[in-house]
Amino acid sequence: MPPITLAALKPYIMMVLIVGIGPLGVGYLVLLERKLMADMQARLGPMRVGPQGLLQPIADAVKLLLKEDVIPGMVDKWVFWLAPCVTVTTALAAFSLVPFSSDFVITDVNIGVLAILALSSVGVLGIILGGWAANSHYPLLGSLRATAQMVSYEVVMGFAVVAVLLMAGSLSMVEIVKAQAESHRWFLFGAFPFGLIAFFMYYVAAMAETNRSPFDLPEAESELVAGFMTEYSGFRWALYFLAEYCNIIVVCSLAVTLFLGGWLRPFPSVTWLGWLDYAAPVGSFLLAGGLSLYLVKRQPRAFDQIVLAAVGLALLAVAGLFAWPAFNALFRGVFWFMAKIMVLVYSFMWVRFTFPRYRYDQLMRLGWRVMIPLGIVNVIAIGIVLVLKG
Amino acid sequence: MAEEKKPDPTVPPSAPPKPAAAAPPKPAAQPWDDELARRVRERFRSAIKDSLTYLGQNYFVVDAASITSICGYLKHEEEFNYLVDVTAVDYPKREKRFELVYILYSFPRNTRVRVKASIAENEPIDSVTPVWQTANWLEREVYDMFGIRFAGHPDLKRILLPDGWQGHPLRKDYSILKQDEQWVQENLHIESGQ
Amino acid sequence: MADDLKHTTGEATFLDANEIVLNMGPQHPATHGVLRVILKLDGEKIIGTECVIGYLHRGVEKIGENRTYVQFNPYVDRLDYVASVSNGLGYCEAVEKLLSVTAPPRAQTVRVILTELNRIASHLIWLGTHALDIGAMTPLFYTFNQREDILKIYENYCGARLTTHAFRIGGLQYDLYQGFEQQVKKFCDEMPAKVDEYEQLLTTNRIWVARTQGVGVLTAEDAIEFGVTGPMLRAAGVKWDIRKAIPYENYADFEFDIPTGKNGDTYDRYLVRMEEMRQARRIIQQAVDRIPDGPIMAKVPKVVKPPAGEVYHSIEAPKGELGYFIVSDGGLQPYRLRIRPPSFVNLQALDRMVRGSLVADVVAVIGTIDIVLGEVDR
Repeated sequence: MPPITLAALKPYIMMVLIVGIGPLGVGYLVLLERKLMADMQARLGPMRVGPQGLLQPIADAVKLLLKEDVIPGMVDKWVFWLAPCVTVTTALAAFSLVPFSSDFVITDVNIGVLAILALSSVGVLGIILGGWAANSHYPLLGSLRATAQMVSYEVVMGFAVVAVLLMAGSLSMVEIVKAQAESHRWFLFGAFPFGLIAFFMYYVAAMAETNRSPFDLPEAESELVAGFMTEYSGFRWALYFLAEYCNIIVVCSLAVTLFLGGWLRPFPSVTWLGWLDYAAPVGSFLLAGGLSLYLVKRQPRAFDQIVLAAVGLALLAVAGLFAWPAFNALFRGVFWFMAKIMVLVYSFMWVRFTFPRYRYDQLMRLGWRVMIPLGIVNVIAIGIVLVLKG
Repeated sequence: MAEEKKPDPTVPPSAPPKPAAAAPPKPAAQPWDDELARRVRERFRSAIKDSLTYLGQNYFVVDAASITSICGYLKHEEEFNYLVDVTAVDYPKREKRFELVYILYSFPRNTRVRVKASIAENEPIDSVTPVWQTANWLEREVYDMFGIRFAGHPDLKRILLPDGWQGHPLRKDYSILKQDEQWVQENLHIESGQ
Repeated sequence: MADDLKHTTGEATFLDANEIVLNMGPQHPATHGVLRVILKLDGEKIIGTECVIGYLHRGVEKIGENRTYVQFNPYVDRLDYVASVSNGLGYCEAVEKLLSVTAPPRAQTVRVILTELNRIASHLIWLGTHALDIGAMTPLFYTFNQREDILKIYENYCGARLTTHAFRIGGLQYDLYQGFEQQVKKFCDEMPAKVDEYEQLLTTNRIWVARTQGVGVLTAEDAIEFGVTGPMLRAAGVKWDIRKAIPYENYADFEFDIPTGKNGDTYDRYLVRMEEMRQARRIIQQAVDRIPDGPIMAKVPKVVKPPAGEVYHSIEAPKGELGYFIVSDGGLQPYRLRIRPPSFVNLQALDRMVRGSLVADVVAVIGTIDIVLGEVDR
């Protein structure tokens, strides 16, 4: 029996953390989106539950859990039960391949990228089943449309990923980041400008994969046609929702790993910038903590003041932890990784609030007639550039 | 006892009181006789019962049987290419109780004209939908509210009220408080029907 | 029953569904009111539509026969509740015509200012909701925010924001409050930047253009044939505006242009309405600089009893030609009060505009027609 050391337990601890805290994290991601949307729309967003609305996700979770579990009479009961499970399982399972840092990866399979793409493909199955289970024309047609969209843009994503694979030479997620460290530049700027094109393609495909605006026609069409989520309510719907936001984090993680240097700090080879490893986390947590403590005075209710003060102090404590070298050395990778994900997620949300949505045929035309030829040309071009470089 | 008023020396002795100023004449429908009216009368002779103008707005009073031909003429020859409105007025005391009003406008000439035709209670009238497509919903509303049937209308059914409604509300014998109680009971499940 | 929505249960074989009937029910997430559209689809393409309206029918024309002319004035606001000032203008002018009375110059200028502000407010709502239907969720908040400034002006003037009852038969009830000109001028100064911001977000955005260009085309011949008026007609290329063709109030004193489009598609209608907002601002700026002094109410008898006769009067409401056909029998109450609503007639053209389009276009087209169900159903 293998020795029970911390190192051996680490993957399991991470799994427990992801499955346990992941949904809560996703809830806060939703709150972030609502607050950002409100900010861009000249309003405030959730403000009632907790200080500045910070306890809103908890309220939402409690509400969804307590809702009556309505199963419409004509649904295919077993499939109805299974469909959200499939989507959530694959979304969470993809986290096992994401390298949060060189020490913190649940499993570093040597075909990591392929495995993530495969898992997202299986996730699409959950959407088909969701529409099928409803036993009615319109959810089925809506879900088929969503599926066609996701499958087409997976091809686009594949071409973008292949571009990176050419530059990295490996399918393992950890190896790809290490290759970026060795070549002293992010693959975003690799084989310039073809790395940029690959990133752009990946970005667009990621938005279409996760049904985000401007590609959210399958969801928005639930205004007109019943989308695949119609018959789901309460906690089952929450599972779909959870899966969607987990998918967003997964595709952003994949983007960060492939193009933005993973857990490496900016300019990892420039040693005199090493202070960034301290300045960035300590600075950002200090800022967040300070802001929270500053806002304590503004809270009308005592309960909110206590909560916000606690949050502020916790953030300051984390800042302090990051100032401690041992902690910093271990977790600096995680910090940079999460920071980069947050930048990408912010941009996803920004795009969502700004652009109208594509019509279905325009979406498909964009995927098949623009993106895929571009992808093919891009891969060939990168190949040529790499051969010429020797 | 009232004092006798001394005549004010500054005011010249007044003339005998004038008769009360005549009230401004009430506007009334005047006969309308310009180029357009003459051409139309010449073309349709007896079908045009009258052509009048009131407050500067001209209108023809025509025979209901020739409404489509008159409207067709007005559209194609006199360039009244825009049907503004089709509506009806209920005069229950008249023998022909419904008076249909067609309001037309000509873009090239920038003029409006009205065409009025009267029909009796159960008498149908030809639809002008073949002449202007606008008439489709406008006539449906007239049917809905008055019960006037339009012969040749592509899809004559109620438009604003539910399909099963009995009665035509804008008729003068339909009281404003009245409702189709049976419909309300059946469809809204309100027992009293109110 | 008009409910030919086939809902299959049990053996739902979608393979034989070459023609599907899809119901866009009376309740929309997009705020157009209670409109029901039944679509017949062949796969994705629309082969027929049927609009079912009347969910908001309140019998306003019947009420008109049972209220005096003055009592009916507030009802008129509730027709197109988004542009209630225009409705009031049309009604008051129609009754004034029956009485052969004109409002004094001061009242006329103030009426023009308030009506043009109303046009801007109505178009702002149109822009926000239309963008929201197509997926851009942010302009809605900006336009509603800007509209708040207009509503504040109305509130200061007559106490109400939405259903204003601003005008009376013969002129105005309230004189201008102190600070009216400044507030209106401030609004006009801030407006171009905001409208430019909306244009920046949408006009050259390739997704917006892809969703609106070529969608819902209504040619000029079709528009005239269907009796469509307002921005829809102008976008099709017909340069016609009642304010210029048959001027009312003192619109003839002001300089403004009539924007037209070329293709009659949704994009052109968008551009026309944006430009109309700018032209409305132009009118307001001219008007607010020269509000004449004088009485605000003409000599109208206390008891309004127009002589027997009938009159049709129409104005250019933000949505099209809003007409009032009033038949008076010399009594206290109108004998017949007919309201010719622009949205009702414009909505008829929906069928022509979406034939052959995809389902996703229907929402865009309904948004571009700019209907308010209060007016369609009365």
